[in-house]
Amino acid sequence: MKNKYSIFSLIKNAFSYHENWEKAWKDPEPKKEYDVVIIGGGGHGLATAYYLAKKHNMKNIAVVEKGWIGGGNTGRNTTIIRSNYLWDASAGLYDHALKIWEGLSQELNYNVMFSQRGVMNLAHNLQDVRDLKRRTHANRLNGIDAVYLNTEEVKKFCPIINTSPDIRYPVLGGTLQKRAGTARHDAVAWGYARGADEMGVDIIQNCEVKGIKRNGDAVEGIETTKGFIKTSKIGVVAAGHSSVIANMAGLRLPLESKPLQALVSEPVKPIIDTVVMSNAVHAYVSQSDKGELVIGAGTDDYVSYSQKGSHDIVEGTLNAILELYPIFSRMRMLRQWGGIVDICPDASPIISKTSIKGLYFNCGWGTGGFKATPGSGDLFAHTIANDEPHKLNAAFNLNRFVSGDLVDEHGAAAVAH
Amino acid sequence: MFLINCPFCGEREQSEFKAGGEAHIVRPKQPTELSDDQWAEYLFMRKNIKGIQFERWNHIHGCRKWFNMVRDTSNDEIKAVYKMGEKPPVK
Repeated sequence: MKNKYSIFSLIKNAFSYHENWEKAWKDPEPKKEYDVVIIGGGGHGLATAYYLAKKHNMKNIAVVEKGWIGGGNTGRNTTIIRSNYLWDASAGLYDHALKIWEGLSQELNYNVMFSQRGVMNLAHNLQDVRDLKRRTHANRLNGIDAVYLNTEEVKKFCPIINTSPDIRYPVLGGTLQKRAGTARHDAVAWGYARGADEMGVDIIQNCEVKGIKRNGDAVEGIETTKGFIKTSKIGVVAAGHSSVIANMAGLRLPLESKPLQALVSEPVKPIIDTVVMSNAVHAYVSQSDKGELVIGAGTDDYVSYSQKGSHDIVEGTLNAILELYPIFSRMRMLRQWGGIVDICPDASPIISKTSIKGLYFNCGWGTGGFKATPGSGDLFAHTIANDEPHKLNAAFNLNRFVSGDLVDEHGAAAVAH
Repeated sequence: MFLINCPFCGEREQSEFKAGGEAHIVRPKQPTELSDDQWAEYLFMRKNIKGIQFERWNHIHGCRKWFNMVRDTSNDEIKAVYKMGEKPPVK
């Protein structure tokens, strides 16, 4: 049992200058065999291991991670959480996650700093207005909170937005989901890692998967930089590198991996207390608790694993930001980074069994996976444990690319992908 | 960002170009004969290689012509550029 984090443990550890905190998770060497191995120690992978142990009573689980916990896309995203998706299947999936977010800090005994500060999506042309109104109605039919705002209401909710009719893409309205917001991204990975470790999950860092061993139509184990690990169930949650892992098993996936960029400014006093996303001009902005503006840019249109994005993508986003928020014109940008995201043709994820027995994929989250972390882990754990999808992720199977039953969230998802 | 040597215009910034995805995917000769699996393979499944990839590009803000490229997707290094219809250079 780990010591519980509380005000009392904080005071107690203050007396020893915070030098005696117990390690949040062990750093074990891999065992010879596991019941389940999760490939990828990001938020989704750790959450999967956590729920496998917690809800499905599995004991012998490993998470193998090429780098270190919190070092991948989990620690390099704009931390936006929302569930205002258009289609029923997506609404079910993302709102399932949002409901878990609402109690996650308590459940994990780890402050993930989930802040329901609202997410506002802006409309800049007549088609945007129609789409956003349609999505608002669809959301409400699915029990998801959503309101449509006119220009004055947008201005009232976020006064620093330039709502002048003279700007190139004037603000004609917007939608607001009040339950949406942000969370501290790396705390999510650390919290799940700590929780999974407590239930006996082995979190193996600096362990890169080099091959998947198959026996006919079933998996037998994985070759890693730390040796062979025997297992009959493999859950792949490798984000941008999903196709690389799939290739090791002789599978092809409908994915393309592209750099997605974000950047943060120097820290300033609180100026924007919500998240504002703008699909048409591709700019979204929020402010972190440290005071940095967190700005999301777009993806490059070519396949790349280089973790570098093109400068013109950042330039385009900042042009739009400055037009919408003239107050930021003298802000200096502090850091920029690119993460590799795996994008599906329909901009919806894959949480699915495959044609190979014991091999499961959770991928294709593209530009918006962080918000789904708890729900994705929960549903993927269900899929692995029962060898059957949960009803909430049944639509997100790999077979939809054969049947044609796509969940087309391109453009409909309130952000350009 | 990188520079691309357009076979028609010469070296230009990558932002002038549009990536067209994996190259040498042949359109089925008998579309009516295809099974759903084969359609899925043709339409959606991609190699998405980390390493040497053959791909199509269009100089959309230039000559607007399509051409092929061999690029290392792990570091964006361009290995070769060749015109549509030409055989890919052997690696």
